[in-house]
Amino acid sequence: MANPNASYSLGYRTKKAVVTGAKYLLMILLAIFFLFPIVFMIISSFKENEFQVVADMSSLNAFLPVGELGLQNYRDVFTSLDFSKLIFNSVLVMLVTVILGLLVNSLIAYALARLRFKGKNILLAVIISLIIIPFEAVAIPLLVIVNKLPWFGGATTWLDSYHVQIIPFIADAFSIFLFYQFFVNIPKELEEAALIDGASLFGIFWKIILPLSKPIFATVAILQALASWNRFMWPLMVTRGPGVRPLTVGIQSFFGQDPRLWGDLMAFASMITIPVLIVFLLFQKWFVQSVASTGIKG
Amino acid sequence: MKAVDKMKKSTSFRNKESLLAWLFSTPAILLLIVFLVVPFIWAIYLSFTNQRLIPNPNLPTEIVGLRNYIRLIDDEAFLRGLINNFYFVAIVVPIQTSFALGLALLINQELKGMNIFRTVFFGPVVTAMTVVAIVWTFLYNPGEGLINAFLNVITLGNAGPYDWLLDTKLVFPAIMLLSIWQGVGFQMVIYLAGLQEIPGPLYEAAHVDGANRWQQFLYITLPQLRNTTIFVVLSTTILAFKLFDQVKVMTDGGPQNASMTTMVHVIEMGWGQLKVGYASAVSIVFFLIVLVISIVQRIIMREKGAES
Repeated sequence: MANPNASYSLGYRTKKAVVTGAKYLLMILLAIFFLFPIVFMIISSFKENEFQVVADMSSLNAFLPVGELGLQNYRDVFTSLDFSKLIFNSVLVMLVTVILGLLVNSLIAYALARLRFKGKNILLAVIISLIIIPFEAVAIPLLVIVNKLPWFGGATTWLDSYHVQIIPFIADAFSIFLFYQFFVNIPKELEEAALIDGASLFGIFWKIILPLSKPIFATVAILQALASWNRFMWPLMVTRGPGVRPLTVGIQSFFGQDPRLWGDLMAFASMITIPVLIVFLLFQKWFVQSVASTGIKG
Repeated sequence: MKAVDKMKKSTSFRNKESLLAWLFSTPAILLLIVFLVVPFIWAIYLSFTNQRLIPNPNLPTEIVGLRNYIRLIDDEAFLRGLINNFYFVAIVVPIQTSFALGLALLINQELKGMNIFRTVFFGPVVTAMTVVAIVWTFLYNPGEGLINAFLNVITLGNAGPYDWLLDTKLVFPAIMLLSIWQGVGFQMVIYLAGLQEIPGPLYEAAHVDGANRWQQFLYITLPQLRNTTIFVVLSTTILAFKLFDQVKVMTDGGPQNASMTTMVHVIEMGWGQLKVGYASAVSIVFFLIVLVISIVQRIIMREKGAES
């Protein structure tokens, strides 16, 4: 009686172990597919001999730290162009865009979600419909506009400046929508209690809504920061010199130079990528949550 | 007396509330008008003119009617770009969507170390496309490149070496591959969120009814993921029409327009050749395509809402 049962369970276990093993094998193969370009980039960046970098490409040596290793490629990047300036530009543009964006977008979303005023429903509908207009569709006319816009101190164009890379991206219809959805779902009782206690409307936003809304602020901040850090098309058009240019445009122009030095390029690419990967590893859950939240749309 | 007092208080409160609402809304409204609405309307106007970015004093800007749009029909680069965008949609959207769903199903299992794999699969998403494009250009190196070496090994020397980015037939598929590599993790996470929202009792009931894994996937998972799939498919389609960064860096649309896309063409016309009137016409066509896709998305999603 007990015998077939035991053999069934043994067979079942072996089968389960084989299935689990196969799943892990599949996962590892997939992991190799997603990791190999990044590993290859980082390993190559430490290979000082340019001929070796290229020669190693045809074998597994491409992924192994062999040959003359060192930081020469990294030093080259710093000496052949003003790399620290590019980093500074990217970080500055990103920080200012994200901070002002959080402020501007959360304020209007709060008004739409919580305050009573005339025209609110129309305003909400207009903003949601603006999500459809992609930046790409307005890039060229916007270029015509910023080309002729004045700025403080008598400047007659916005080209080659930081603000031209920041201001157009502060207000974002989709971020407003994300904030709105979050605010609308906060229970009203909390605010009503505060109102009775004599709190001002701004006080309610500052002291009750904001502390409750950390997740949505983190989500929007991550999405905006990634978009800003990776932005390429717009800064390519509006920055002509290395002065205010971000890293993405910097590496593209470095890539276009002759002769193409792969070791240096991989060092440059690693320096753009590794900081973001570290931040990503530290705040992984938030990153994943941010991306997941973009799907809850419609 | 008291009631009047209260009413007075409440109207002044209402006024204050309304004032504050407009105060909170104005910065965003102004910015959206100046940097989104005005340029959009301006694009429509520009598309009917021969405006140049830097106007030629001898050739004043004129309204040219539909000339820009008529010229599109004979513009080989434009047509090539449009065809390539559709080509990209036809190949990448089904592959990337099913790949993302597969990855999400794998990651969603309760096995040890899944978090590590999720991190690895998502890693490329946080890598700048410009960097991805440069690293892959190196991988696609003609002759001794890593991808050629790999193909050589797995086909026992029967395939390659190829000049990936210089071959008019291979260049666009090569760009598709790295686009999937970079983007699939994003859709995977959206699917993962969708999977986690499926109520567990549905599977338990199906299990009791004797449904096997495959049947559960077919009759529970897929229908429950319907809206997620619509979203993933249509947002990937829109992204496909925005295709720019990797093409600009790797090939600039070449060789012989083989990797041209609508956006690369818009930027080449408007920024490269300063023909902003013409580039605006291309932008409007691009916008109309995106608009149709978005409307289709909303209609399909709403249908579902009516059913349930």
